[in-house]
Amino acid sequence: MKHIAIGILGAAALGFMASAASAGTLDTVKQKGFLQCGVSTGLAGFSAPDDKGDWKGIDADFCRAVAAAVFGDASKVKFTPLSAKERFTALQSGEIDLLSRNTTWTSNRDSALGLDFVGVTYYDGQGFMINAKKLPGVNSALQLSGAAVCVQSGTTTELNLADYFKKNKMEYNPVVFEKLEEVNAAYDAGRCDAYTTDQSGLYGIRLTLSSPADHVVLPEIISKEPLGPAVRQGDDQWAHIARWTYFALLNAEEAGITQANVEEMKTSTDPNIQRLLGTEPDGKYGADLGLSNDWVVNIVKAVGNYGEMFERNVGSGSPLKIARGINALWTKGGLQYGPPIR
Amino acid sequence: MASQEILREEPSRGSFINDPRIRSLFFQTLVVILLFSSIWWIVHNVIENLQRLHIASGFGFLKSRAGFDISDTPIAYTSDSTYFRALVVGLLNTIIIAVAGIVLATVVGFLIGIGRLSQNWLIRKICTIYVEVFRNIPPLLVIFFWYSGVLAVLPPPRESIHLPLGSFLNQRGFYLPRAVWGDGSWLIGVALLLAIAMAWFVAHRARQRQRATGQQFPVFWTSVALIIGLPMLAFLLGGMPLTFDFPKQSTFNLTGGFWIKPEFLSLLLALSFYTAAFIAEIVRAGIRGVSKGQTEAAAALGLRSAPILRLVVIPQAMRIVIPPLTSQYLNLTKNSSLAIAIGYPDLTATAGTVLNQTGQAVEGVFIMMIAYLVLSLVTSFVMNIVNARMALVER
Repeated sequence: MKHIAIGILGAAALGFMASAASAGTLDTVKQKGFLQCGVSTGLAGFSAPDDKGDWKGIDADFCRAVAAAVFGDASKVKFTPLSAKERFTALQSGEIDLLSRNTTWTSNRDSALGLDFVGVTYYDGQGFMINAKKLPGVNSALQLSGAAVCVQSGTTTELNLADYFKKNKMEYNPVVFEKLEEVNAAYDAGRCDAYTTDQSGLYGIRLTLSSPADHVVLPEIISKEPLGPAVRQGDDQWAHIARWTYFALLNAEEAGITQANVEEMKTSTDPNIQRLLGTEPDGKYGADLGLSNDWVVNIVKAVGNYGEMFERNVGSGSPLKIARGINALWTKGGLQYGPPIR
Repeated sequence: MASQEILREEPSRGSFINDPRIRSLFFQTLVVILLFSSIWWIVHNVIENLQRLHIASGFGFLKSRAGFDISDTPIAYTSDSTYFRALVVGLLNTIIIAVAGIVLATVVGFLIGIGRLSQNWLIRKICTIYVEVFRNIPPLLVIFFWYSGVLAVLPPPRESIHLPLGSFLNQRGFYLPRAVWGDGSWLIGVALLLAIAMAWFVAHRARQRQRATGQQFPVFWTSVALIIGLPMLAFLLGGMPLTFDFPKQSTFNLTGGFWIKPEFLSLLLALSFYTAAFIAEIVRAGIRGVSKGQTEAAAALGLRSAPILRLVVIPQAMRIVIPPLTSQYLNLTKNSSLAIAIGYPDLTATAGTVLNQTGQAVEGVFIMMIAYLVLSLVTSFVMNIVNARMALVER
């Protein structure tokens, strides 16, 4: 029901608040004093509240990074948990300023939905998870013909699933829920044979099941899922801030700037690091974006560089233990590449 | 009219500002103008804002390929079908759940309602407890109760419970043998239609005869014999053209047969049991609303208690029952949108998915509102016809 409420709210908001979005998002955010950030309703490693109610994960940390860039204070962010169906309407209607919710970048979403994707914070692909104890012989997704498959509605996952089974001339029975928790509960209760979503998500969800060891993630990756944050279309300044916050995280990792050494790096004479940290004389790269010149210092102080963010939330420092893989920097054979700040 | 004539005879008050006719005309025009201009303003604003925010608008997306699958499809549907067809599938699922729910809720509701007036203490108390429990729990909780509390704790597919007649029950649903009609089975359908026509004719003649001569005829049993007997005869004559497709165990689940999914089952049980509690109270109120004198007068005429109920009490009670019953049917239809919580692909769920895949929230919500409005108006229309037929006809 909630998505209808938001839909109507969205329609009403579009109808009545004619001027809300036309003022620059940066000014609006500064005026209210915090960043309203849309996250998932709870996906381990990306955005999920911990036992104290603090949001943890790459997506949540990206929100903090943007807040740090804007305010110099990563705590000035409020999180709005959104289901897959609610997320775009919430952004369109101005309810949130930034959508950082493991959302796949597609051409349709970029062009017809009034959104602008700012980058790919996590390169992912869709996979399948099954209960190996209940289905001992199954070790490939191609053996899933006739299976009941749990999936979250309104996602690219739902579309890839249909495509994959059609392409391989297999039958399946979709079991579709609106909320992630409902899909998890149904899969855990045995309502379906397989669970499909992005592979990173599967590893996270596996930890929340009643007996994680029984479940295996099948090897097939059936789609490209570049996950990234999005902003409303038509506000270039705000899009630049979000995009360059992401690039700053990558550049900081490449330059070896970490949460621990950022203060001492400020004294560096390396021109590249000086430009990044705003210590170059007469440099005004931050000011050009509408931020302070030490914006990168604020970001790295708050959440670390991209690599630290990754390891802390989904990598070796987390229960998920996902390898960097294609999410490594380009210098280490991965796809993460930050254009230069100069 | 009368009041206007009186007004017209009143003497002029000197100024047209004081003329009540001109004043009422003025204010009515003003309200109409305000209404239409605010509608125009909202529509205009929505269109303008959608354009400004670079959001695609219009209903052209309905012709695009949907790309997602739906679990319950009463009509042929694949991921290659259009968004429009996906919405039709959702609408049909809503209609199926609404009709099935209304039938079941009415049967249960009438039984419980009559049970509350029973002479038997135990039956009366059980029915009271039923009403108080189901009426005071939100329907969403009842749905979760059936879905997570009852159906989800059933065994997994490989340990299905075997039920008589080759049917099975497991946490994936309820499996029944499916009837497969062979050649010549059209004869059975024809025989059934013929039997119904004959039963109607017998009933009609019996009524005429009773009115003319006072003699009664066992209409009910004759009809039952006709409606069961004739198709049976056709079935035997046609060489028994019927086989059954039994559900069988396969790799993941049972296949074949007729499969009722747990989402449908729990939604149906929850909606009808919930609404039945309200219907029971309406029925009780209706029967109580028939004055005691009517029953006593009928008894004085020598009628026994069953004919009194059938011929005197129920026809009068129905007049009280039907209008609030219509509201309950409308409620049930609208409550079926709670299906989304357990993943039954009704209109709200499919339209929600379409809305999200296309990003066209305004159009999606508009389609949903129109669809529910039309469904409700059709239900009201049908119930108004029933009500008109039940109304007191003076002879």
